[in-house]
Amino acid sequence: MKIEVLGTGCAKCKALYENVKKAVEETGTCAAVVKVEDIPSIMKYGVMSTPALVIDGQVKFSGKVASTIEIMGML
Amino acid sequence: MLKSFADYIVFTLIGLSPGSRSGEALDFFIYDTLKIFLLLTTIIFVVAIIRTSFPPEKTKRMLSRKREFVGNILAALLGIVTPFCSCSAVPLFIGFVESGVPLGVTFSFLISSPMVNEVALIMLWGLFGWKIALIYIGTGLLVAVVAGIVIGKLKMEKYVQDYVWEMQVGHSEITVLSFREKVDYARDYTLSLLKKIWPYVVVGVGLGAFIHGYVPADFLVRWAGRDNIFAVPVAVALGVPLYSNAAGVIPIVHALMEKGMAIGTVLAFMMAVTALSLPEAIILSKVLKKPLLATFFGTVAMAIVIVGYLFNAIL
Repeated sequence: MKIEVLGTGCAKCKALYENVKKAVEETGTCAAVVKVEDIPSIMKYGVMSTPALVIDGQVKFSGKVASTIEIMGML
Repeated sequence: MLKSFADYIVFTLIGLSPGSRSGEALDFFIYDTLKIFLLLTTIIFVVAIIRTSFPPEKTKRMLSRKREFVGNILAALLGIVTPFCSCSAVPLFIGFVESGVPLGVTFSFLISSPMVNEVALIMLWGLFGWKIALIYIGTGLLVAVVAGIVIGKLKMEKYVQDYVWEMQVGHSEITVLSFREKVDYARDYTLSLLKKIWPYVVVGVGLGAFIHGYVPADFLVRWAGRDNIFAVPVAVALGVPLYSNAAGVIPIVHALMEKGMAIGTVLAFMMAVTALSLPEAIILSKVLKKPLLATFFGTVAMAIVIVGYLFNAIL
């Protein structure tokens, strides 16, 4: 599983990244979590508000910091 | 009711005498803090619910290929209800221009969105009354529409960073939330915003209460009264570094108005605090070349100064 956290490096993006990492640990999912900070890659997904979460190439949500529990439900 | 509660705490429980400076200042502080937090909690929640129906993807679709003028007005109005944080300014800007939203229309959105925000409106409503809050919304929208039209007329498309036009923007679905999800989102949003701004509100109201109780009534008439023609531009310049602290700035400005700061100067200062920000300029420099960035800032600053002079003259 490939998980991407899209965001240009703001505080909210870091918060989401931390929550995702926690969710992956808690569920024991085998997944690579990466931060995507360059604009062309973010725009490729058509995302207009950051942070956003992409799992296996699919945008799950954008413009909010989901809680660890919420993210666990998406893994 | 809040007033009598504040009176009860200060004059009965703590035992300060009514009319004393410290008593009046503390009474003012408790009353204003309670009122503002009550307003903030309810209105941020309601606005957040409304916002869940206007994701930026939908706003973009509504604005793409709109003609100028009508598009500028629509963009300024949508700026109020579309959630926006300056940290997403770059993807939002690219998404807009790539889908055919005219440059001037995009700027009307970018100007109105931070300026006519719910926190500034609640603080203005709670402290200055609904008339000033309405005047602020009206003139804020006008500034956004006019500045957007001016930027559009200047034909500055060549001053957008070149890579923006070549960017491949993916298609994105508009996510429709259930009512339950909307309420959850609004609750989280309200809590996280309150968590972020409460210290500013308390410090701002505290300083305001201090000024209210201790500074002589005509203290600012000479410097910030309507007869000083430099007051408006100076207020605008001072507003730039105070970005995103509307919550803390408004109570202080409210107290300053009591001490003689003219209403036009107050409005101009508020608009500069919310609409002109250095961090946002730095973020936008990723997509705008210097001449366009300078035009954007210059046009908005000029429009705000005109608003200031206008209200100092008529009110």
